Amino acid sequence: MSVNPKQRNPTSTSSGRRALLKSGSGATLLAVLSAAGLLRSRSALAQSWNNAAFEAGAVNEALKALGVADPRQSTDIAFVQTPEIAENGAVVPIGVTSNIPKTESIAILIEKNPNVLAAVFELPVGTEPAVRTNVKMAQTSNVIALVKADGRYYTATKEIKVTLGGCGG
Amino acid sequence: MADPMKIRASVVGDSTEIKVLMSHEMETGQRKDAKGQSIPAWFIQSVTVTWNDKMVLSAQWGTAVAKNPFLSFRFKGGAKGDRVAITWTDNRGDKRTDMTVIG
Repeated sequence: MSVNPKQRNPTSTSSGRRALLKSGSGATLLAVLSAAGLLRSRSALAQSWNNAAFEAGAVNEALKALGVADPRQSTDIAFVQTPEIAENGAVVPIGVTSNIPKTESIAILIEKNPNVLAAVFELPVGTEPAVRTNVKMAQTSNVIALVKADGRYYTATKEIKVTLGGCGG
Repeated sequence: MADPMKIRASVVGDSTEIKVLMSHEMETGQRKDAKGQSIPAWFIQSVTVTWNDKMVLSAQWGTAVAKNPFLSFRFKGGAKGDRVAITWTDNRGDKRTDMTVIG
């Protein structure tokens, strides 16, 4: 599990990468460069994909990268169809429903995963504030549902016990 | 090219329920192969869902979303025959769009 964080997400669709590809240096050089952590994109995907948030190794780091300040605990956020105990950490169903008016987005964070942020769902007006998906969990952990509603942030936490990790190898 | 998504869009009361299964490895970048080499991360980063060309959901995903991702949600409105399109883009820049009609 001790992987250099720079190697975790070799995300690189920056113009730099395209320039490299055009220069004929090819995929091998690209692989070497991205393995060396030299190609971390901060520009092209920054708007659609929050690199810093998804690479964060701790909840407070991820919240900071998401621009979340001072989230409040809320009993109006519920985990639905979410197990207490997951036998297989590779596929853990998580459902989050928010009863907070004007919910704009729902994010799922897994405290003890190597990268804590699992997913962010943006919900336009007209979309119900409830999402379900399946995630991977490395080990037993608190799972945090983060809801943005009317410009404010709210959280709810649930511990899910994992009997077999989803991060094997 | 990745395999098609399996999309179910059905009217439930005054809403439409979307259930989708995507076909993707969702490799975390944490695992090692038999030779001890790291397997590079390969995962869907963004997902958008439109109903008659109106955005009803957009998502950003990390490596923790499970292999062959499942997603379910509902939006208000929608009638039988309306078009629903789902697009994902992964960290290699691969992209796939599938469409269905609400049934």
